Amino acid sequence: MFLTVTISLIRGLGEAMKLFGFTLLFSLPIGLIIAFGAMNKWAPFSRFVSKESKLYGFRPISAFINFLVWIIRGTPLMLQLIVIYYGPGIWFDNNIWGNGGRMTACVIAFVINYSCYFSVIYRGGIEGVPVGQTEAGLVLGMTKSQIFFKVTLLQMIKRIVPPMSNEIITLVKDTSIARIIAISELIKAGESFMKSDGITWPLFYTAVFYLLIVGILTLLFSYAERKLSYFR
Amino acid sequence: MSVLEVKNLRKSYNGSEVLKGLDFSLEKGEALSIIGSSGSGKTTVLRCLNFLETPDEGIMKVNGKTVFDASDKTKKSDSEIRRNRLHFGYVFQNFNLFPQYTALENIKLAGELLAKERPDYSANRKNILEEIEANAIDLLSQMGLSDRADHYPHQLSGGQQQRVAIARALALSPDILCFDEPTSALDPELTGEVLRVIKSLADKHTTMIIITHEMKFAHDVSSRVMFLDHGSILEQGTPDEIFLNPKEERTRQFLSSYQK
Ligand SMILES: Nc1ncnc2c1ncn2[C@@H]1O[C@H](COP(=O)(O)OP(=O)(O)OP(=O)(O)O)[C@@H](O)[C@H]1O
Ligand SMILES: [Mg+2]
Repeated sequence: MFLTVTISLIRGLGEAMKLFGFTLLFSLPIGLIIAFGAMNKWAPFSRFVSKESKLYGFRPISAFINFLVWIIRGTPLMLQLIVIYYGPGIWFDNNIWGNGGRMTACVIAFVINYSCYFSVIYRGGIEGVPVGQTEAGLVLGMTKSQIFFKVTLLQMIKRIVPPMSNEIITLVKDTSIARIIAISELIKAGESFMKSDGITWPLFYTAVFYLLIVGILTLLFSYAERKLSYFR
Repeated sequence: MSVLEVKNLRKSYNGSEVLKGLDFSLEKGEALSIIGSSGSGKTTVLRCLNFLETPDEGIMKVNGKTVFDASDKTKKSDSEIRRNRLHFGYVFQNFNLFPQYTALENIKLAGELLAKERPDYSANRKNILEEIEANAIDLLSQMGLSDRADHYPHQLSGGQQQRVAIARALALSPDILCFDEPTSALDPELTGEVLRVIKSLADKHTTMIIITHEMKFAHDVSSRVMFLDHGSILEQGTPDEIFLNPKEERTRQFLSSYQK
């Protein structure tokens, strides 16, 4: 029995890790792009209206992106997943996800959600570096790219690592949401034994898997934080 | 010929004029102090000189060469602005050292990056870097910080950080070194060590512009003092003229607020 459960849970873990890995792979870079969009300074109305007008400093790109991020962060991931997976089938009478598409739909929902969370973290890291650092670089005759790579980048990374580690650990546990569209991730795998054999210990066994993964990540991130602790 | 010549420098923020047409010049070896109440535009002057702000009007010349002319609308390339900037050094009120580099690395960094643009860099790499390092070590010892070379900024006191920042600015041998209230972020007991370093630079005839609220220091160190009021130069002269015999009632008022 133990062996059967273990094999089943490892399969569930595989699904969970697939979701985890793809979500990170896409949302880490997309989050950065969203962060730049949210910080975009383009204010096209400044040329046409007076300084007193409300439109003067209006930044449409930044406002639009911030609005989207607000919606995604303000609603549950589970809701977003349900809408993305079942929505097309009901609205257009066409389940674009087809048969094997559950995981794809799930990754897309997760990437949208996590990109928005990551964008906020990136933004905090970028805006948290004092302008004085850039100005000090400028008056020392550095180019913009030298300032970015030699001065501000590492300070941003240092600011980003702690909140990023929280968010990524949350992602590990959020993979369990995938079961809502019938993906056999860890918990669904463990729970199935409750129904079929009337035993609960496989459920607790799933916890061991989560703790293991979270434990490894915690070690990795605290190593990174230690590596960056030589400066403030 | 003056090291620096500024004509009709004007700058507005959101429609309110902060600098109302300043004319001044600086001779080689002179130390010019800028005094004036908060909001009078002192920092803005230095930020314009260092190309951190773009003046709306005016001309700036260094050693007779025009480095900025507001009426010249051709767009300057980044590298040209960068080269002009190097005529000036800037020491910030709050130091702005790079936290991830040691004191020595802070001083060397910009020089090392600039050296890469030299045509002989790849051939002479080792010598060039050694020279930069030797120069940085020498500057640190001038600042009395030889034993702090490998310390990171957060391991240094404010006064020590500011001295590293001064060494960092000096490392590029600017024609004019600018200080913006170099001691106002420091505890009173730490201001002395920084002021002494600046005094020693003045004694060596380093060309400097110093914004300061330390009137006694301004009196001791400067060859000329400029009183800025609401964006205009109200008067300028030798320290004795300004501090002992101010011509303007407004200057007298301002100075008296410092004596209690
Ligand atoms: N980036 C900016 N945007 C808008 N207004 C600004 C900006 N920088 C400065 N000002 C305004 O310009 C005026 C002059 O500022 P500045 O910093 O040059 O004064 P200061 O003489 O250095 O004052 P302090 O002694 O307090 O440092 C102030 O009224 C300030 O509010
Ligand atoms: Mg100021």
